[in-house]
Amino acid sequence: MITLMIPKTKGKIIPIEPSSPSAAAMSRFVRRLAGIPWRQIAGEASSVGLLMAQGLCAVHVVSEHVLGVAFPRGPSMLPALNMAGDVLLTDKVSPRRGWVGPGDVVLLLSPEDPRKIVAKRVLGMEGDEVTYPVDAGNSDATKTVVVPQGHIWVQGDNIYSSNDSRQFGPVPYGLVKGKMSYRIWPPSRIGSIDSKE
Amino acid sequence: LADLHGTAPKPWSPASASTEPRKIARDRIVLIMGARSQLWSIAKMSVTGGVIGVTISDRYVTVVAIKGHSMHPTMTATDSALRGDIVLAEKACLDQYKFSRGDVILFKCPSNHKEVFVKRLIGLPGEWIQLPASSEIIKVPQGHCWVEGDNAARSWDSRSFGPIPLGLINGRVTHIIWPPSKIGRVERKWPEDRIPPF
Repeated sequence: MITLMIPKTKGKIIPIEPSSPSAAAMSRFVRRLAGIPWRQIAGEASSVGLLMAQGLCAVHVVSEHVLGVAFPRGPSMLPALNMAGDVLLTDKVSPRRGWVGPGDVVLLLSPEDPRKIVAKRVLGMEGDEVTYPVDAGNSDATKTVVVPQGHIWVQGDNIYSSNDSRQFGPVPYGLVKGKMSYRIWPPSRIGSIDSKE
Repeated sequence: LADLHGTAPKPWSPASASTEPRKIARDRIVLIMGARSQLWSIAKMSVTGGVIGVTISDRYVTVVAIKGHSMHPTMTATDSALRGDIVLAEKACLDQYKFSRGDVILFKCPSNHKEVFVKRLIGLPGEWIQLPASSEIIKVPQGHCWVEGDNAARSWDSRSFGPIPLGLINGRVTHIIWPPSKIGRVERKWPEDRIPPF
Protein backbone atom coordinates (compact mmCIF):
# COMPACT_ATOMS: atom_id res chain seq x y z
CA MET A 1 0.00 0.00 0.00
CA ILE A 2 1.39 3.36 -0.98
CA THR A 3 0.70 6.33 1.27
CA LEU A 4 1.36 9.93 0.43
CA MET A 5 0.79 13.16 2.39
CA ILE A 6 -1.27 15.56 0.33
CA PRO A 7 -1.38 19.12 1.72
CA LYS A 8 -4.77 19.95 0.28
CA THR A 9 -6.46 17.53 2.61
CA LYS A 10 -5.10 19.40 5.66
CA GLY A 11 -3.04 16.61 7.12
CA LYS A 12 -5.27 13.68 6.47
CA ILE A 13 -3.30 10.77 5.13
CA ILE A 14 -5.06 9.29 2.14
CA PRO A 15 -3.97 5.96 0.81
CA ILE A 16 -3.66 6.09 -2.94
CA GLU A 17 -4.19 3.05 -5.04
CA PRO A 18 -2.43 3.26 -8.39
CA SER A 19 -5.03 3.25 -11.09
CA SER A 20 -2.78 2.62 -14.11
CA PRO A 21 0.80 1.47 -14.89
CA SER A 22 1.99 5.05 -15.67
CA ALA A 23 0.47 6.38 -12.49
CA ALA A 24 2.24 3.56 -10.65
CA ALA A 25 5.59 4.52 -12.16
CA MET A 26 4.93 8.16 -11.33
CA SER A 27 4.12 7.47 -7.72
CA ARG A 28 7.21 5.22 -7.42
CA PHE A 29 9.34 8.07 -8.76
CA VAL A 30 7.81 10.57 -6.36
CA ARG A 31 8.34 8.16 -3.51
CA ARG A 32 11.99 7.74 -4.42
CA LEU A 33 12.39 11.52 -4.61
CA ALA A 34 10.87 11.92 -1.18
CA GLY A 35 13.18 9.22 0.14
CA ILE A 36 16.36 11.12 -0.73
CA PRO A 37 17.65 12.95 2.35
CA TRP A 38 17.63 16.42 0.79
CA ARG A 39 18.26 18.31 3.99
CA GLN A 40 21.25 16.18 4.89
CA ILE A 41 22.72 16.54 1.42
CA ALA A 42 22.21 20.30 1.51
CA GLY A 43 23.88 20.46 4.91
CA GLU A 44 26.89 18.46 3.79
CA ALA A 45 27.20 20.37 0.52
CA SER A 46 27.15 23.72 2.28
CA SER A 47 29.75 22.63 4.83
CA VAL A 48 32.01 21.27 2.08
CA GLY A 49 31.45 24.46 0.10
CA LEU A 50 32.34 26.57 3.11
CA LEU A 51 35.49 24.53 3.67
CA MET A 52 36.49 24.96 0.03
CA ALA A 53 35.86 28.71 0.22
CA GLN A 54 38.03 28.94 3.33
CA GLY A 55 40.75 26.96 1.61
CA LEU A 56 40.70 29.17 -1.49
CA CYS A 57 40.80 32.30 0.64
CA ALA A 58 43.78 30.94 2.57
CA VAL A 59 45.59 30.14 -0.69
CA HIS A 60 44.87 33.67 -1.93
CA VAL A 61 46.14 35.32 1.25
CA VAL A 62 49.35 33.29 1.30
CA SER A 63 50.15 33.67 -2.39
CA GLU A 64 49.37 37.40 -2.44
CA HIS A 65 50.86 38.53 0.85
CA VAL A 66 53.48 35.99 1.90
CA LEU A 67 54.99 33.70 -0.71
CA GLY A 68 53.95 33.10 -4.28
CA VAL A 69 55.19 31.24 -7.33
CA ALA A 70 56.17 32.77 -10.66
CA PHE A 71 56.85 31.30 -14.09
CA PRO A 72 58.89 33.94 -15.93
CA ARG A 73 59.17 33.70 -19.70
CA GLY A 74 61.18 35.67 -22.19
CA PRO A 75 64.80 36.47 -23.03
CA SER A 76 65.20 39.71 -21.11
CA MET A 77 66.76 38.19 -18.00
CA LEU A 78 69.20 35.74 -19.61
CA PRO A 79 71.44 34.20 -18.36
CA ALA A 80 70.08 34.50 -14.83
CA LEU A 81 66.62 33.24 -15.83
CA ASN A 82 65.88 30.80 -18.64
CA MET A 83 63.64 31.77 -21.50
CA ALA A 84 60.95 29.41 -20.24
CA GLY A 85 60.45 26.60 -17.78
CA ASP A 86 61.81 28.29 -14.66
CA VAL A 87 59.74 28.29 -11.51
CA LEU A 88 60.65 30.94 -8.96
CA LEU A 89 59.52 31.63 -5.42
CA THR A 90 58.20 35.17 -5.06
CA ASP A 91 58.57 36.90 -1.75
CA LYS A 92 55.61 39.26 -1.31
CA VAL A 93 56.56 40.58 2.12
CA SER A 94 59.78 42.36 1.13
CA PRO A 95 58.36 44.94 -1.31
CA ARG A 96 55.69 46.00 1.17
CA ARG A 97 58.29 46.51 3.89
CA GLY A 98 60.70 48.25 1.54
CA TRP A 99 63.36 45.52 1.71
CA VAL A 100 64.17 45.80 -2.00
CA GLY A 101 67.53 47.10 -3.14
CA PRO A 102 69.86 47.26 -6.14
CA GLY A 103 70.69 43.82 -7.51
CA ASP A 104 67.35 42.24 -6.60
CA VAL A 105 65.25 40.58 -9.28
CA VAL A 106 61.69 41.84 -8.88
CA LEU A 107 58.28 41.22 -10.39
CA LEU A 108 56.47 44.38 -11.36
CA LEU A 109 53.40 45.46 -13.28
CA SER A 110 54.50 46.84 -16.62
CA PRO A 111 54.03 50.61 -16.85
CA GLU A 112 53.06 50.12 -20.49
CA ASP A 113 50.31 47.56 -19.82
CA PRO A 114 49.15 46.92 -16.26
CA ARG A 115 47.88 43.46 -17.17
CA LYS A 116 51.44 42.31 -17.91
CA ILE A 117 53.79 41.28 -15.14
CA VAL A 118 57.48 41.57 -15.94
CA ALA A 119 60.61 40.38 -14.15
CA LYS A 120 63.60 42.72 -14.13
CA ARG A 121 66.61 43.53 -11.98
CA VAL A 122 66.68 46.68 -9.88
CA LEU A 123 69.69 48.81 -10.75
CA GLY A 124 68.95 51.96 -8.78
CA MET A 125 66.71 53.15 -5.96
CA GLU A 126 65.47 56.69 -5.42
CA GLY A 127 68.28 59.21 -5.42
CA ASP A 128 70.79 56.86 -7.07
CA GLU A 129 72.63 57.80 -10.23
CA VAL A 130 72.26 55.17 -12.90
CA THR A 131 74.47 54.95 -16.00
CA TYR A 132 72.98 52.86 -18.75
CA PRO A 133 73.80 52.00 -22.35
CA VAL A 134 71.47 53.95 -24.58
CA ASP A 135 71.63 51.70 -27.62
CA ALA A 136 73.22 48.41 -26.64
CA GLY A 137 74.76 46.47 -29.49
CA ASN A 138 74.87 49.43 -31.86
CA SER A 139 76.86 52.02 -29.96
CA ASP A 140 78.69 52.44 -26.72
CA ALA A 141 76.94 55.66 -25.76
CA THR A 142 75.72 55.82 -22.18
CA LYS A 143 73.53 58.20 -20.26
CA THR A 144 73.34 58.97 -16.57
CA VAL A 145 70.11 59.75 -14.77
CA VAL A 146 69.16 60.37 -11.19
CA VAL A 147 66.25 58.19 -10.07
CA PRO A 148 63.39 60.39 -8.77
CA GLN A 149 61.86 60.02 -5.32
CA GLY A 150 59.67 56.96 -4.88
CA HIS A 151 60.90 55.41 -8.15
CA ILE A 152 63.30 52.63 -9.12
CA TRP A 153 65.33 51.90 -12.25
CA VAL A 154 64.86 48.40 -13.59
CA GLN A 155 66.83 46.73 -16.34
CA GLY A 156 66.90 43.25 -17.78
CA ASP A 157 70.18 41.34 -17.52
CA ASN A 158 70.08 40.78 -21.28
CA ILE A 159 70.41 44.40 -22.37
CA TYR A 160 70.26 43.44 -26.03
CA SER A 161 66.74 42.09 -25.75
CA SER A 162 64.97 43.81 -22.91
CA ASN A 163 62.21 46.39 -22.70
CA ASP A 164 62.94 48.14 -19.43
CA SER A 165 63.61 51.51 -17.82
CA ARG A 166 65.83 52.43 -20.75
CA GLN A 167 62.63 52.59 -22.76
CA PHE A 168 59.91 53.43 -20.25
CA GLY A 169 61.93 55.37 -17.68
CA PRO A 170 62.10 54.91 -13.93
CA VAL A 171 59.02 53.21 -12.49
CA PRO A 172 57.20 54.04 -9.24
CA TYR A 173 58.07 51.64 -6.43
CA GLY A 174 54.35 50.93 -6.00
CA LEU A 175 54.40 48.82 -9.16
CA VAL A 176 56.71 46.22 -7.56
CA LYS A 177 54.71 43.15 -6.67
CA GLY A 178 57.29 40.67 -5.44
CA LYS A 179 60.97 39.88 -5.03
CA MET A 180 62.28 36.71 -6.63
CA SER A 181 65.24 35.32 -4.82
CA TYR A 182 64.95 31.54 -5.07
CA ARG A 183 64.51 29.15 -7.95
CA ILE A 184 62.79 25.81 -7.37
CA TRP A 185 62.82 24.41 -10.93
CA PRO A 186 64.64 23.09 -13.01
CA PRO A 187 66.38 20.84 -10.49
CA SER A 188 69.81 21.52 -11.98
CA ARG A 189 69.54 25.20 -11.08
CA ILE A 190 67.74 25.08 -7.76
CA GLY A 191 69.06 27.78 -5.47
CA SER A 192 69.07 31.46 -4.88
CA ILE A 193 69.29 33.93 -7.73
CA ASP A 194 72.54 35.87 -7.52
CA SER A 195 72.13 39.50 -6.81
CA LYS A 196 74.64 41.26 -9.00
CA GLU A 197 75.31 44.89 -8.45
CA LEU B 1 24.88 23.84 57.32
CA ALA B 2 22.32 21.62 55.63
CA ASP B 3 20.36 24.69 54.50
CA LEU B 4 23.45 26.34 53.06
CA HIS B 5 24.64 23.35 51.10
CA GLY B 6 21.34 21.83 50.28
CA THR B 7 22.46 18.43 51.45
CA ALA B 8 23.82 17.22 54.74
CA PRO B 9 27.59 17.70 54.82
CA LYS B 10 29.50 14.46 54.49
CA PRO B 11 31.27 13.40 57.70
CA TRP B 12 35.06 13.64 57.41
CA SER B 13 36.88 10.35 56.96
CA PRO B 14 40.41 9.45 55.90
CA ALA B 15 39.15 7.94 52.64
CA SER B 16 37.29 11.09 51.60
CA ALA B 17 40.26 13.23 52.62
CA SER B 18 42.40 11.62 49.90
CA THR B 19 39.84 11.77 47.03
CA GLU B 20 38.33 15.24 47.59
CA PRO B 21 41.39 17.29 46.52
CA ARG B 22 41.79 15.06 43.45
CA LYS B 23 38.19 15.63 42.47
CA ILE B 24 38.56 19.36 42.94
CA ALA B 25 41.72 19.31 40.86
CA ARG B 26 40.00 17.28 38.14
CA ASP B 27 37.07 19.67 38.07
CA ARG B 28 39.48 22.57 37.79
CA ILE B 29 41.31 20.90 34.91
CA VAL B 30 37.99 20.31 33.14
CA LEU B 31 37.14 24.00 33.59
CA ILE B 32 40.53 25.12 32.26
CA MET B 33 40.29 22.73 29.31
CA GLY B 34 36.81 24.01 28.60
CA ALA B 35 38.00 27.61 28.66
CA ARG B 36 41.06 26.76 26.54
CA SER B 37 39.00 24.98 23.92
CA GLN B 38 36.64 27.95 23.83
CA LEU B 39 39.59 30.29 23.35
CA TRP B 40 40.88 27.98 20.65
CA SER B 41 37.59 28.01 18.79
CA ILE B 42 37.43 31.80 19.08
CA ALA B 43 40.97 31.98 17.70
CA LYS B 44 40.06 29.65 14.83
CA MET B 45 36.96 31.69 13.99
CA SER B 46 38.87 34.97 13.99
CA VAL B 47 41.63 33.60 11.76
CA THR B 48 39.05 32.25 9.33
CA GLY B 49 37.12 35.51 9.39
CA GLY B 50 40.34 37.48 8.92
CA VAL B 51 41.44 35.38 5.94
CA ILE B 52 38.04 35.64 4.26
CA GLY B 53 37.93 39.37 5.00
CA VAL B 54 41.37 39.97 3.48
CA THR B 55 40.41 38.00 0.37
CA ILE B 56 37.19 39.96 -0.09
CA SER B 57 39.01 43.24 0.50
CA ASP B 58 41.70 42.33 -2.04
CA ARG B 59 39.49 41.04 -4.82
CA TYR B 60 35.97 42.40 -4.56
CA VAL B 61 35.17 45.37 -2.35
CA THR B 62 36.96 47.35 0.32
CA VAL B 63 36.20 50.21 2.71
CA VAL B 64 38.39 53.31 2.85
CA ALA B 65 38.33 56.41 5.05
CA ILE B 66 39.01 59.71 3.28
CA LYS B 67 41.83 61.70 4.83
CA GLY B 68 42.50 64.60 2.46
CA HIS B 69 40.61 67.57 1.10
CA SER B 70 41.38 67.14 -2.56
CA MET B 71 37.98 65.72 -3.47
CA HIS B 72 35.83 68.30 -1.67
CA PRO B 73 32.83 68.58 -1.93
CA THR B 74 32.30 65.09 -3.36
CA MET B 75 34.16 63.59 -0.42
CA THR B 76 35.37 65.43 2.62
CA ALA B 77 37.69 64.65 5.45
CA THR B 78 37.79 66.04 8.92
CA ASP B 79 40.57 65.92 11.42
CA SER B 80 39.22 62.86 13.14
CA ALA B 81 39.20 59.71 11.05
CA LEU B 82 35.85 58.72 12.51
CA ARG B 83 34.07 61.77 11.21
CA GLY B 84 35.63 61.88 7.75
CA ASP B 85 33.79 60.32 4.86
CA ILE B 86 33.99 56.56 4.45
CA VAL B 87 33.67 55.12 0.98
CA LEU B 88 33.23 51.74 -0.66
CA ALA B 89 35.67 50.83 -3.42
CA GLU B 90 35.33 47.92 -5.81
CA LYS B 91 38.26 45.86 -7.08
CA ALA B 92 36.63 44.12 -10.03
CA CYS B 93 37.93 46.87 -12.32
CA LEU B 94 41.50 45.68 -11.66
CA ASP B 95 40.87 42.55 -13.68
CA GLN B 96 41.06 44.25 -17.09
CA TYR B 97 42.02 47.77 -16.04
CA LYS B 98 39.08 49.19 -18.02
CA PHE B 99 38.06 52.55 -16.64
CA SER B 100 35.85 55.38 -17.84
CA ARG B 101 36.46 59.08 -17.85
CA GLY B 102 35.16 60.64 -14.65
CA ASP B 103 35.63 57.55 -12.45
CA VAL B 104 36.88 58.21 -8.95
CA ILE B 105 39.83 55.91 -8.29
CA LEU B 106 42.15 54.91 -5.46
CA PHE B 107 45.82 54.68 -6.33
CA LYS B 108 49.26 54.52 -4.71
CA CYS B 109 51.16 57.78 -4.74
CA PRO B 110 53.94 57.58 -7.35
CA SER B 111 56.48 59.17 -5.05
CA ASN B 112 55.56 57.25 -1.90
CA HIS B 113 54.14 53.76 -2.31
CA LYS B 114 52.78 53.73 1.24
CA GLU B 115 50.24 56.52 0.64
CA VAL B 116 46.95 55.97 -1.14
CA PHE B 117 45.25 58.83 -2.97
CA VAL B 118 41.67 59.35 -4.16
CA LYS B 119 41.21 61.36 -7.35
CA ARG B 120 39.06 61.53 -10.43
CA LEU B 121 40.20 60.00 -13.72
CA ILE B 122 40.43 62.77 -16.31
CA GLY B 123 42.49 61.23 -19.10
CA LEU B 124 42.60 57.62 -20.28
CA PRO B 125 45.61 56.02 -22.01
CA GLY B 126 46.20 57.39 -25.48
CA GLU B 127 43.98 60.44 -25.08
CA TRP B 128 44.97 64.05 -25.72
CA ILE B 129 43.97 66.29 -22.84
CA GLN B 130 44.29 69.96 -22.16
CA LEU B 131 46.32 71.00 -19.14
CA PRO B 132 43.99 73.16 -17.05
CA ALA B 133 46.20 76.14 -16.34
CA SER B 134 47.89 76.57 -19.69
CA SER B 135 46.63 75.92 -23.18
CA GLU B 136 49.05 73.02 -23.61
CA ILE B 137 47.76 69.77 -24.97
CA ILE B 138 49.51 66.58 -23.94
CA LYS B 139 49.03 62.93 -24.81
CA VAL B 140 48.52 60.46 -22.00
CA PRO B 141 51.01 57.61 -22.63
CA GLN B 142 49.91 53.99 -23.05
CA GLY B 143 49.33 52.24 -19.75
CA HIS B 144 49.03 55.58 -17.89
CA CYS B 145 46.20 57.88 -16.85
CA TRP B 146 45.74 61.51 -15.83
CA VAL B 147 44.08 62.15 -12.47
CA GLU B 148 42.85 65.34 -10.85
CA GLY B 149 41.02 66.11 -7.63
CA ASP B 150 37.64 67.83 -7.61
CA ASN B 151 39.00 70.52 -5.30
CA ALA B 152 41.58 71.97 -7.68
CA ALA B 153 42.99 74.42 -5.16
CA ARG B 154 43.95 71.77 -2.61
CA SER B 155 44.70 68.78 -4.79
CA TRP B 156 48.15 67.33 -5.43
CA ASP B 157 47.58 65.38 -8.58
CA SER B 158 48.75 64.79 -12.15
CA ARG B 159 49.23 68.51 -12.60
CA SER B 160 52.21 68.09 -10.28
CA PHE B 161 53.40 64.50 -10.71
CA GLY B 162 52.30 63.82 -14.27
CA PRO B 163 50.39 60.85 -15.64
CA ILE B 164 50.49 57.77 -13.41
CA PRO B 165 50.82 54.12 -14.51
CA LEU B 166 47.52 52.24 -14.35
CA GLY B 167 49.31 49.57 -12.30
CA LEU B 168 49.27 51.90 -9.29
CA ILE B 169 45.47 51.89 -9.17
CA ASN B 170 44.01 50.11 -6.14
CA GLY B 171 40.29 50.30 -6.86
CA ARG B 172 37.34 52.38 -8.00
CA VAL B 173 35.16 54.27 -5.52
CA THR B 174 31.50 53.47 -6.05
CA HIS B 175 29.58 54.55 -2.94
CA ILE B 176 29.85 56.77 0.09
CA ILE B 177 28.66 54.90 3.17
CA TRP B 178 29.28 57.51 5.90
CA PRO B 179 28.04 60.06 6.99
CA PRO B 180 24.40 59.10 6.61
CA SER B 181 23.58 62.40 4.94
CA LYS B 182 25.91 61.57 2.07
CA ILE B 183 25.08 57.89 1.58
CA GLY B 184 24.74 57.14 -2.10
CA ARG B 185 26.54 56.38 -5.33
CA VAL B 186 29.60 58.32 -6.39
CA GLU B 187 28.69 59.37 -9.90
CA ARG B 188 30.99 59.61 -12.88
CA LYS B 189 31.34 63.35 -13.37
CA TRP B 190 33.18 65.57 -15.79
CA PRO B 191 34.48 68.93 -14.46
CA GLU B 192 32.40 71.73 -15.91
CA ASP B 193 35.06 73.97 -17.32
CA ARG B 194 37.23 71.31 -18.99
CA ILE B 195 37.18 70.46 -22.64
CA PRO B 196 36.60 66.72 -22.96
CA PRO B 197 39.57 64.88 -24.41
CA PHE B 198 39.70 63.51 -27.91
